[in-house]
Amino acid sequence: MFEDLRELYQEVIFDHNRNPRNFHVMENADRQVDGFNPLCGDKLTLFLKLDGDIITDASFQGNGCAISTASVSLMTDIIKGKTQAQAEELFTVFHEMTTGKEEHINLEAVGKLAVLAGVREFPARVKCATLAWHTLDAALKNQQQAVSTE
Amino acid sequence: MTYPIEQIRADFPILNEKIRNKPLVYLDNAASCQKPQAVIDSMVKLYSHDYANVHRGVHTLSVRSTDQMESARHKIKTFINAASDKEIIFVRGATEAVNLIAQTYGRANIHAGDEIIITAMEHHSNIVPWQMLCEQTGAILKVAPMNLAGELLMDEFEQLLSTKTKFVAVVHTSNALGTLNPVEKIIKLPHAKNIPVMLDGAQAIPHTAVDVQKLDCDFYVFSGHKLYGPSGVGVLYGKQALLEAMPPYQGGGDMIRTVSFEKSTYAGLPYKFEAGTPAIAEIIGLGAAVDYLNTIGMQAIADHEASLLAYATQQAQQIDGLKIIGEAKEKGAILSFTLGRIHPHDIGTMLDSLGIAIRAGHHCAMPVMEFYQVPATARASFAMYNTKAEIDVLISGIQNLIEMFG
Ligand SMILES: Cc1ncc(COP(=O)(O)O)c(C=O)c1O
Repeated sequence: MFEDLRELYQEVIFDHNRNPRNFHVMENADRQVDGFNPLCGDKLTLFLKLDGDIITDASFQGNGCAISTASVSLMTDIIKGKTQAQAEELFTVFHEMTTGKEEHINLEAVGKLAVLAGVREFPARVKCATLAWHTLDAALKNQQQAVSTE
Repeated sequence: MTYPIEQIRADFPILNEKIRNKPLVYLDNAASCQKPQAVIDSMVKLYSHDYANVHRGVHTLSVRSTDQMESARHKIKTFINAASDKEIIFVRGATEAVNLIAQTYGRANIHAGDEIIITAMEHHSNIVPWQMLCEQTGAILKVAPMNLAGELLMDEFEQLLSTKTKFVAVVHTSNALGTLNPVEKIIKLPHAKNIPVMLDGAQAIPHTAVDVQKLDCDFYVFSGHKLYGPSGVGVLYGKQALLEAMPPYQGGGDMIRTVSFEKSTYAGLPYKFEAGTPAIAEIIGLGAAVDYLNTIGMQAIADHEASLLAYATQQAQQIDGLKIIGEAKEKGAILSFTLGRIHPHDIGTMLDSLGIAIRAGHHCAMPVMEFYQVPATARASFAMYNTKAEIDVLISGIQNLIEMFG
């Protein structure tokens, strides 16, 4: 029945939505930033632990749609152990992938995040996928203010 | 007479549209309604044959446009049974109408320590303008609570009314919950204390016959685009004596009688509140929408929608895990719901892939979402052209997406 949606709602996304990874409050986080999508009211809080330049741990709280939950769940997994610069670079690639600016997805660069490439066909949902990354960006830049996708 | 549903559907060209290769099932009418051919034609005809600026030219086209615009005003006056055309002020929409009242009536009559009463189920457009007025004046905003069904608690509302109360602004039908408020009583109680009452009729007027004189409300506001008319036009109804006493809203052309650098005098009603060139074609289009509605009859429309809502509610209640948000006894044709772990945004995208347009979000009523402790709801809202067959498509879509989500 939902043939058109297979690209968007891949099984991995349902899986992360059902069982989000790193879904907990972090004690003694080095960074903590709220992300907010005013369009739908979705909120999340991102926590990071840093060791110098390295992101040693990441977790989140909040609730959102399957796309935004899967995105933040995948993101918190993938950025662990990365340097801040590597994480920022991933954000750039992810942004290009989801907004469709980059025709060919560099599968090696995005890794597991490729399951979210389908949102490019759903402009109304791009912000769901990118909220996590905008929040990460703010956290890395050490902005204290809540992030809004507006 | 049976309801002429086939003819009505044929009157709305967009209903033939295919969305993702499926027939459109348009159930986002509370956000905005689709337009009948008569409305589209009225605007095309105006621009093709009769268009010029209004109230300024002696030339033929200006006279034609002016006549058509004023005739639309008269149609709307009759549609809501106002006492005079002078009581029909054209604005951009319900939002602008509330802002106008707050900034003119409000600034002139509401002062520090005075209280304004709204309800827990208001649209942001009937909250924020009053908060702005309170910030400007030091007045206090009081919120009348509702129960879990989404019904206003009348006793608590009554208790809020005091000598400090200077204004009451209440939604006629809630866009987030569907609640149809007992407006006669909501108007009578403050009136007994000489407190004026405004009704936000944005969601009520497309679905019920409204008689402002019978209601005896002091102000009634609505948007054209939810009444099968164009976007960009709305109506502020106000009792003539109140409007006369109010200062103007914006200054400019059309709203003046004389202008000199020392002092200007203002035009009479309704023009005092209509500064600048109005939305001429949209106003005329709204007049055509009212004509169209009159050919069907508001009571027939209300009955049709009531049967759609009853059917949709009964079908929705069969779905495991579906929770209806807003279960007032008296409701407009709005079905707001949640599906447990499945987020309304996902519901919206999945139904869209089946050609079904619903709204997913907070419906510009964040306090309502807060009250029910949900970030958002999915909302199906019905209009004169919807059918039970479309509700069947919706219900089967919901059942299937629940299965897909697992
Ligand atoms: C109850 C209610 N009031 C006011 C408005 C505001 O209408 P508009 O955006 O057309 O000004 C809406 C529209 O969603 C509404 O549903």
